[in-house]
Amino acid sequence: MTDSKVLVIPCSGIGKPFGTIGREATFTVVDELRPGKADTNCLSLLVMGDPDAKRQVQESLCVAVDGCPLECARKNIEIAGGRIDAHVRVMDLLRDNRGLKPRQVTFLDEDGEKLAAILAERIAEKVDDLYTGGSR
Amino acid sequence: MNIKPKIGVVSCSGECCILGTLSRVATRFILEGVRADTVTLCLPLFLAGDSGEREFAQRFPTVSVDGCHKLCAKKAIEKFSGPTAASVDMEKLLMEWGEEPTGTRKTLSAKDVEFAKRIAQEVAKRVDEAREDQDG
Repeated sequence: MTDSKVLVIPCSGIGKPFGTIGREATFTVVDELRPGKADTNCLSLLVMGDPDAKRQVQESLCVAVDGCPLECARKNIEIAGGRIDAHVRVMDLLRDNRGLKPRQVTFLDEDGEKLAAILAERIAEKVDDLYTGGSR
Repeated sequence: MNIKPKIGVVSCSGECCILGTLSRVATRFILEGVRADTVTLCLPLFLAGDSGEREFAQRFPTVSVDGCHKLCAKKAIEKFSGPTAASVDMEKLLMEWGEEPTGTRKTLSAKDVEFAKRIAQEVAKRVDEAREDQDG
């Protein structure tokens, strides 16, 4: 069991709604659903070599949240020396919820908000699994 | 045919705090209308080593939009592709304006959205200057 918070890192892609969905779901988990168990940090800060951010990613159990198949969150965590303990992808969520078609990027529309809420629950489950059973 | 050279606007990912969300939203405002002839680079993709994103920043002027003084977007562009044409440090700007955001990193307040619009105007000035330099 780990005493440190699980680190949830979204890709925060800016070109399509999927990055916004992952980002918003992450904030929901970290700030509302699992505030004592989960934390996040700036993806760009850790890739740019910030010592505190790098140490955090290297010492934490990590959940990568990726919007598109390019998987930038996963790749950047690995570049920073972290290990992926769980990986959630918005594309998988879309496949399971074909009726929801998010279109807005800047501020999510209704379908985007619904997907972000579903994704947040999935991430929270991963956090629970890792926080209670993970080890590093 | 006269093809207008492109200008890229790059927001930090900024998951740490509301300033990152503000920089992201301001950048989206630029793309959606304030200067719709610009493009954005996806910083996570750029950081993950995507050759297309990095080559774009080598060939075309970029304006970085950073949420805080750590200036991750500016530093990333300069590390991997060369100097930015201009940069915006939102933390510094808000300090100069004597303003502070009032929402959260997940949900901006109405006042924050107004800040984002105002910041977008500052970014637009830099874009116009870069365009003038580009046109000679």
